[in-house]
Amino acid sequence: MIASQTPERSGSRLGAAWLLSGIGAVLVAGVVGVATGPVSIPIGQVIRELLDRLPLIAVDSSLSTTEQAIVWDIRAPRVVLGLLVGALLAGSGAAYQGVFRNPLADPYLLGIAAGAGLGATIAIVTELRDVFGFINPVPFAAFAGALLAVTAAGTLSVRRGRIGSPATLILAGVAVANFFTAIQTFVQQQNSETLQQVFAWILGRLSTAGWGEVRLLLPYAVLCSLGMLLSVGALDVLAVGDEEASTLGLNPRATRRVVLVVASLAAAAAVAVSGLIGFVGLVVPHAVRMMAGASHRRVLPLSLLFGGAFLALADVAARTIQAPAELPIGVITAFIGAPFFLLILRRQLTS
Amino acid sequence: MTSPTDSGAPLDVRWSGVSVDLGGRQVVDDLDLLVEGGSWTTIIGPNGAGKTTLLRALSGTAPYRGIITIGPDEGVGLGRRERARRLAVVPQHPVIPPGLDVFDYALLGRSPHQGVRFAASEDDRRRTSAVLERLGLTDFAHRFVDSLSGGERQRVVVARALVQDAPVLVLDEPTSFLDLGHQMDVLELIAELRAERSLTVVCTLHDLTVVGQFADRIAVLDDGHLAEHGTPGEVLTPSVISRYWGVDVRTEIHDDTSVSVSVRRRER
Repeated sequence: MIASQTPERSGSRLGAAWLLSGIGAVLVAGVVGVATGPVSIPIGQVIRELLDRLPLIAVDSSLSTTEQAIVWDIRAPRVVLGLLVGALLAGSGAAYQGVFRNPLADPYLLGIAAGAGLGATIAIVTELRDVFGFINPVPFAAFAGALLAVTAAGTLSVRRGRIGSPATLILAGVAVANFFTAIQTFVQQQNSETLQQVFAWILGRLSTAGWGEVRLLLPYAVLCSLGMLLSVGALDVLAVGDEEASTLGLNPRATRRVVLVVASLAAAAAVAVSGLIGFVGLVVPHAVRMMAGASHRRVLPLSLLFGGAFLALADVAARTIQAPAELPIGVITAFIGAPFFLLILRRQLTS
Repeated sequence: MTSPTDSGAPLDVRWSGVSVDLGGRQVVDDLDLLVEGGSWTTIIGPNGAGKTTLLRALSGTAPYRGIITIGPDEGVGLGRRERARRLAVVPQHPVIPPGLDVFDYALLGRSPHQGVRFAASEDDRRRTSAVLERLGLTDFAHRFVDSLSGGERQRVVVARALVQDAPVLVLDEPTSFLDLGHQMDVLELIAELRAERSLTVVCTLHDLTVVGQFADRIAVLDDGHLAEHGTPGEVLTPSVISRYWGVDVRTEIHDDTSVSVSVRRRER
């Protein structure tokens, strides 16, 4: 039979082994993230404290009230936010790569993050009111910007359903990113009173995260992840190209449109809370494909899980390398991601 | 919609007054052609005659004027999914996604039978396994398609089309890039499968040497027009081939009325 118990590259079923390894990565990254910081708290006690918070489980972590506050109010929300943002960025990267049939597609490189950044900046400087009084407008503004950017990059490189070369899309993305960043900088300079706030945000950070940000992001994360997971089958069909996909009964344009909207909402929501963090959407799906094969039935769910783990761990690095000072997390991801990008580019050019 | 594919009866394919414009050029011009259910028609013609375009109009991937019917219904009214249940296409240059294994590639043929999520059922997997076994590909199931040789790869693409379980099989130059032995393998395989499944086969070929042994009807397309149409014995004559290809050939008619064509170098 086709299903297998050990992780393997061949095959398209997700399989328990792969799923468990992804969940394991998330748990490890989560615990390491919560256990790391200027105040040293033994990892065993951290695990016990976290278990204690689960329903129906009561274990004494013997942490002081201050230590509990550090674990629960300072570190945990930051780690959870890292997991969610990483999942959304990696998941949307995998979705963009499927839609454009281009392993170089990434929300950052396509200018989608820049578009979302512009939208969010406008929402911040104009101090847009909450929608209906309770829905934060920043993610919506970011979503609008992201859609504008992906439409621009897509239109520049897709003609009559024919997709240009991978390089064309990326060049279009570079132009779009620069254009939106220019407008964003302009808007930012015009509004010097909020300059500091916007500037700190645009560099990409998880540092000010509290449970508020997590609550803001969670509904988007759930919705978008679900949407992307529902599209894995269609993305696998789309992998044979528009014309063949059409003869297999799939409407390629409609599929592309739906997946682009969901992926852009995911990227925009991530950008809205954490700023511009590049290359996660590139590195993680690519690594997953190398490990588990190219079927989206594996690439997407595993990108969500490993993407979360990757960003949570990158945040640990950002916090510890220059401690007590913090590096912007975008610096860490670019440091790993840019060489990776060149590697994939090189492989593309030689094949 | 009830599909005539449910009954398993062979389906006719018919082009009636079909024209295709591509970039301002009339590639197919007011063409009429009937392929009867369960028969094999091969379309031949010089380069640029419109063979591939004719097939693309049939598969719904090139816009056309006129009427194309697949079974009792007009193609345009069918919708992609129903059309894909009636018609399986083996393209001339299939896109092979990197990192996809033979089983999963063949399984894509089940797409038109699946829901909006394109989730494969156990039945889909069983049918795919059965086709791979029939085509002697079981040992390849976990190999990546992009790692296979040309002949193996073509067999896998045919497998995907069979997994589709459509009564009409459309093949665009299924033997290009294959050596003579593998060309015969593919054509003999299609002939066997047609007999087993009473498929309607519509095929284009550019190599004239073997055309006459694998079709009930031959259609010669020249500059978008249907120039000749008939049995291999009627169409594959030295005079017809000389007229449209400008080469001298010798033909040999076998006992089973099939025709071999051999070509001679022209005197200058």
